[in-house]
Amino acid sequence: MNMTADVVVIKDVWVHYDSIPVLEEINLVIKEHDFLGIIGVNGGGKSTLLKVILGLVKPSKGIVRVFGDTPQISRKYIGYVPQYSLFDLEFPVSVWEVVLMGRLGHTGLFKRYSEDDKRAALDALAKMDMLEYKDRQVGKLSGGQQHRVFIARALAANPKLLLLDEPAAGIDTIIQEEFYELLEKLKTKMAIVLVSHDISAVSVYVDKIACLNHRLYYHDSKELTAEDLEATYHCPVELIAHGVPHRVLKKH
Amino acid sequence: MMELLQYEFIRNAIMAGILASISCGIIGVYVVVKRIVFISGGIAHASFGGIGLGYYLGINPILGVLPFSIASALSMGWVSKRSRLPEDTAIGILWAMGMSIGIILVSLTPGYAPDLMTYLFGNILTVPFSDIVLMLVLDAIIILVVYSFYKEFLALCFDEEFATVRGVHAERLYLVMLCLIALTIVVLIRVVGIILVIALLTIPAAMSRQFTSNLKKMMLLSILFGAVFSSGGIWLSYLFDVPSGATIVLVMSAVYLLYSLVKGISS
Repeated sequence: MNMTADVVVIKDVWVHYDSIPVLEEINLVIKEHDFLGIIGVNGGGKSTLLKVILGLVKPSKGIVRVFGDTPQISRKYIGYVPQYSLFDLEFPVSVWEVVLMGRLGHTGLFKRYSEDDKRAALDALAKMDMLEYKDRQVGKLSGGQQHRVFIARALAANPKLLLLDEPAAGIDTIIQEEFYELLEKLKTKMAIVLVSHDISAVSVYVDKIACLNHRLYYHDSKELTAEDLEATYHCPVELIAHGVPHRVLKKH
Repeated sequence: MMELLQYEFIRNAIMAGILASISCGIIGVYVVVKRIVFISGGIAHASFGGIGLGYYLGINPILGVLPFSIASALSMGWVSKRSRLPEDTAIGILWAMGMSIGIILVSLTPGYAPDLMTYLFGNILTVPFSDIVLMLVLDAIIILVVYSFYKEFLALCFDEEFATVRGVHAERLYLVMLCLIALTIVVLIRVVGIILVIALLTIPAAMSRQFTSNLKKMMLLSILFGAVFSSGGIWLSYLFDVPSGATIVLVMSAVYLLYSLVKGISS
């Protein structure tokens, strides 16, 4: 199987939780330097799809290949920013310790973090403009700052694929803008996939859009048909195209 | 208090108290920050099956507890992760099962079971030297394992899913952690007994959390708290001739409550 050029290849993947299908017949190819936004309602399987790519959820049927290998082998090349809100803010851990966790795959068991690990963690913190908060307990930071720490943790691994789960949730609009500008810079070095329930925020910045509601609607482009959106959101959705960039608006 | 130190049983008791503080100081921090107090209580109580096994086989009950607590830790960890039952339900079942096995085995043992209360509620004033040696060995194992897996344990406690993505075998490591809890319980049985173990695993760690946000400092601080409170408890129990295990636990909880109260009023 030669799929080296493709970052992720998903073929006819189904996922069931207790025999209820969460993902149905998913086919998706993510290429190098893709900046893909996946939008869809909550509970539509967005996080599950990311977890399939990470090998955290095993599909009941279908094939998943990441950099030509199984997700378990290739996930060392993946940076993952989980849905923020799932953290215990009381947890006694500093920003520095959290970002170093991104380097776990690079140091063996029984070993301390190496100088390389520390350099990569420092770089990641600098990139996210969080160096000065290095020794702060994570729970003592604002929501936006915590968010940057978790992105820094993902970047510390020098990933070739970055997966972000609802990255815009919990941060205000100005920081969101900066955040998307940062992703613009990162996309020259890695493929980026972000999932969100918020169409308007995502659609302005990403290069390609897919819709997910148990089934995936994707045309390897930023084009979405009215049928795609209706199937995803189960309500009439109007597409307004002013040339480039596309604006996709929902009518309620 | 100084003149008490001329008695060998008091010196042994203080030594046992310090050795217990080391293991519960380190492992208790994990129990508290990972919020696995319930499963730890389950392992401790199920270990009573090992006491029964020891009596039944006619060996030192502590040597019966060692394999039994490891087995309970592994089965609880495995069942809570893999079974379709809710985690707390599975733990509750195994908790009671272990104790029941212990009760049946004790009743099947001919004759009277001496010192049974000692294993349930602890009696630090009667710790034999051989048990102190065992505690020392278990402490050394616990320190060695925690030193080797420190960064993996931290990641496991903070964000198990992310640790998995970064190539940590989270489930295996979790089982290792539960086994360390089992070893800690063996160390603590002589001091406070199976029923009260959970106090030593939680109170010093919870107190140390009030003073620092660094895991290593938390461990050192809870070892210190454990040593001070257990020594204080031993002294008071000798002074008033009351059970040592319960006295140690009451000293710890009283200080913690007072501290929380004072902190609550001042803020």
